[in-house]
Amino acid sequence: MALPGARARGWAAAAKIAQRRRHAEGARGSSSRAPPSSRAALYVHWPYCEKRCSYCNFNKYIPRGVEEAAMRSCLVTEAQTLLRLSGVRRVESVFFGGGTPSLASPSTVAAVLEAVDQAAHLPADSEVTLEANPTSAPRARLAAFGAAGVNRLSIGLQSLDDTELQLLGRTHSARDALQTLAEARRLFPGRVSVDLMLGLPAQQVGPWLGQLRTLLGCCDDHLSLYQLTLERGTALFTQVQWGTLPAPDPELAAEMYQEGRAMLREAGFRQYEVSNFARNGALSTHNWTYWQCGQYLGIGPGAHGRFVPQGAGGHTREARIQTLEPDNWMKEVMLFGHGTRRRIPLGQLELLEEVLAMGLRTDVGITHQHWQQFEPQLSLWDVFRSSREVKAQLAQGLLLLDHRGLRCSWEGLAVLDSLLLTLLPRLQEAWQQRTPSPVQGG
Amino acid sequence: MWTPVSRGRWHGRALTVWATAAAHRGLLEPRRTPSRGAAAKSRTLDRLYSSADRKEKIDMSRFSVENTRNFSIIAHVDHGKSTLADRLLELTGTIDKTKNNKQVLDKLQVERERGITVKAQTASLFYNCDGKQYLLNLIDTPGHVDFSYEVSRSLSACQGVLLVVDANEIDLKNADPARVEKQIEKVFDIPSDECIKISAKLGTNIERVLQAVIERIPPPKVHRKNPLKALVFDSTFDQYRGVIANVALFDGVVSKGDKIISAYTKKTYEVNEVGVLNPNEQPTHKLYAGQVGYLIAGMKDVTEAQIGDTLYLHKQPVEPLPGFKSAKPMVFAGMYPIDQSEYNNLKSAVEKLTINDSSVTVHRDSSLALGAGWRLGFLGLLHMEVFNQRLEQEYNASVILTTPTVPYKAVLSSAKLIKEYREKEITIINPAQFPDKSKVTEYLEPVILGTIITPDEYTGKVMMLCQARRAVQKNMMYIDQNRVMLKYLFPLNEIVVDFYDSLKSLSSGYASFDYEDAGYQTAELVKMDILLNGNHVEELVTIVHKDKAHSVGKAICERLKDSLPRQLFEIAIQAAIGSKIIARETVKAYRKNVLAKCYGGDITRKMKLLKRQAEGKKKLRKIGNIEVPKDAFIKVLRTQPDK
Repeated sequence: MALPGARARGWAAAAKIAQRRRHAEGARGSSSRAPPSSRAALYVHWPYCEKRCSYCNFNKYIPRGVEEAAMRSCLVTEAQTLLRLSGVRRVESVFFGGGTPSLASPSTVAAVLEAVDQAAHLPADSEVTLEANPTSAPRARLAAFGAAGVNRLSIGLQSLDDTELQLLGRTHSARDALQTLAEARRLFPGRVSVDLMLGLPAQQVGPWLGQLRTLLGCCDDHLSLYQLTLERGTALFTQVQWGTLPAPDPELAAEMYQEGRAMLREAGFRQYEVSNFARNGALSTHNWTYWQCGQYLGIGPGAHGRFVPQGAGGHTREARIQTLEPDNWMKEVMLFGHGTRRRIPLGQLELLEEVLAMGLRTDVGITHQHWQQFEPQLSLWDVFRSSREVKAQLAQGLLLLDHRGLRCSWEGLAVLDSLLLTLLPRLQEAWQQRTPSPVQGG
Repeated sequence: MWTPVSRGRWHGRALTVWATAAAHRGLLEPRRTPSRGAAAKSRTLDRLYSSADRKEKIDMSRFSVENTRNFSIIAHVDHGKSTLADRLLELTGTIDKTKNNKQVLDKLQVERERGITVKAQTASLFYNCDGKQYLLNLIDTPGHVDFSYEVSRSLSACQGVLLVVDANEIDLKNADPARVEKQIEKVFDIPSDECIKISAKLGTNIERVLQAVIERIPPPKVHRKNPLKALVFDSTFDQYRGVIANVALFDGVVSKGDKIISAYTKKTYEVNEVGVLNPNEQPTHKLYAGQVGYLIAGMKDVTEAQIGDTLYLHKQPVEPLPGFKSAKPMVFAGMYPIDQSEYNNLKSAVEKLTINDSSVTVHRDSSLALGAGWRLGFLGLLHMEVFNQRLEQEYNASVILTTPTVPYKAVLSSAKLIKEYREKEITIINPAQFPDKSKVTEYLEPVILGTIITPDEYTGKVMMLCQARRAVQKNMMYIDQNRVMLKYLFPLNEIVVDFYDSLKSLSSGYASFDYEDAGYQTAELVKMDILLNGNHVEELVTIVHKDKAHSVGKAICERLKDSLPRQLFEIAIQAAIGSKIIARETVKAYRKNVLAKCYGGDITRKMKLLKRQAEGKKKLRKIGNIEVPKDAFIKVLRTQPDK
């Protein structure tokens, strides 16, 4: 049982200082010189919510009562086990996601951070993000999370329209959202992100842009714009299917996205990923790791991870998924020290496919240098230069391939999934045609 | 096709039977069944045989020509013909009365489901009346115009027919026998006192029908002593016994062991089995002149038992009977397996079905979009639907059936082309072979004479519909105070797709439609191309009448627009005649197609989805740089059931 002790408070205090220093420097905390296999990001899944949102198909549960002590203990145990298995010596970011992790006790957050710092090194300036839902009286609680070591907040604001919030099944009002945002900025200056959804049923372009404009007047340095995806099994999906709600209009959603990103660009935000915007260098290092195909560990029910289990003598990166259902997951953690349900080894080609698909979501795309870290033999030029279809995309100005690397243009980023349907088969083809290497992938 | 007399080889008589509406009608009843009629005088009727002792071979010599009647039942679709047949079979002990007999002669699943007869069936009824033993051969016939060739074949073996008319008021509520009597007098010139009022459903007055068959239909004029002269009027194929030929004996006798010769092929066969149908095959010692039955003689292929052929005894040649005009396909459609890996299974299913339905013509065909398949010719739309349904039900095959087309003709003017085709007038089945106008004197399209009977309140709407279908009115007549019979000459292609549905919907289901072949007429036909960003789409070339080009082109473009997925660039869909664009639709380019959220937990699912999509993309047909999924072609080409 790891309770937040003096050391954890010490870590949290050190983190505060580091955060201020880095903010003043205005630079994104770049990775250290340590080899990639000894570094990782850590995702912590808190699977509980107060209420089911109408659009959400994540792994979440509405409990009658959470045995938080048991949950805390299991998260700590699993973090220790997986860190040991991975051989990771330095955790560069922690992300508490969910579910609604802001419903967890700050002490649980502190316990996990403490355990991570003990099992591996958690540098004082590591990014520690907590997903938080707006509430009517946020101040005390947010401060407690700050004291526990959280140094970045991602607020699930979603909309500034009460009718829309109701449609989404959110528990908060627009007023709560703005109040929570203001408090968060006071507590975590320069380290607050807000989510705004677009493309809701019946939503119109003008009013939505109005919401974005309001938000720009009061937001911090990070914003995410998410188009609503109707997921099977959600209440919203059913309502649209039964015709009780109009289906979202993809034309309107596309227009909101284009107008929205243009507005953010004018306001000095950098669109560093398909849905993510930052100014003053306030990018999320944790998410950046995903798009750069860095290693990450996932703990908690249903969490995903991707790492080489070096501590157990492995050499191949694995995609790992933890047991979904919280009670079963807890039982497994208590029995085996972890609740890993599936381990899927990733071959070299699969890894490269992920490098391609994830990397192109970012504004810098895939640099030659980045690609080389994963594939020293076959260059981006080798793969894509000669393809007729890729040339057509380059000629259409959707894609760029130059001395820097491969990346999407402003227009191309919005249609990346279509581009990938050409790029992925081309990569497979080039991979099969490469001069046979004696070493098997991985 | 309602003409009740003179269609047979001998002039015969038509008896009219009309039936009245059921007093109690359940919604689930699949068909209109005549049920109530005037009270019948009951008669005692003896049956010659019960079903038990018919296992032994029957001696057919007992039935003299004078005591034989060959007849058919003619009725409009849904007027209760098969129900009457069921009762006749029961009454004569041919089938057991205790069973719940429904459409006994309709053996196919499709017949029972749709309440229609597709394949003619024969049943020999043994009946004792006033101390005499009678042989009554009932030949059940299809009621739909598509199967009129089956009807005319059946009639050639009959000396008379029963005409069944449903006396339902058309709104299904009140029977009005008096009015129906008048209609029958007016339309068929059959005096009302010749009508027998029956209810096949309740069995009322059925004996009187049999009595009238004996009294009013003459026996065949044939001679047992003459050499054998047998008409093949139908044939079926049995996997184990080979071809079973249905025959009507015009002269002579045939028995097992006889050597017979086909007048058509001149091939000799030895008879293995003869018998009557009641309705299943029942072997007999012999068949005699005037009788109807079957024979099996080692024919391996239905084409050997040519329908209309005459069979005679070895060394006793006779003047062959005039044959039938072979059934001519009027409607063509492409048929493709939904999955190409199913091609061989479908091929064998099509072969098996056509072996018993020689009226379907089969040509191999292939489409870049749909793969290998066939171009099939059908007698009409119902025939096509029935064929498709039989494939699905009896062979578990699922197919893509393309929108039906009709056989156009072109009269060639180009000497070079005439030489190439070796004839001046060519039939165009495949639009790709449509010859250019500069090489043609004229184009011809098939026409039909359509008969519509409708309550007069719908006359105006019906006439507008016909006009829109390029039809020319030939006749219009009131058959009673408020029902009108309209006759129109229609281009066939105007009715092959959705005419019947439109007619039914504008008349709330009351108007009826029948048609018969009326040859060809000159038509201003044009070839219409469909272009995607300027690239021709071969599989969508259409032959269309000049006046309809715009609406047809627009409809195709609209359907393509709805089924073409967006791509990274705009797609112009155009319909063109030569270089002239007559319709256009646009599919806009994708503006946004990227997953909104993609974090650690989404990567596996996202990669799986992308790879599946990329795999699917490889299978798309490319027209220029446009990727067209097979579904888009299917949506444009396939028969549209609801429009």
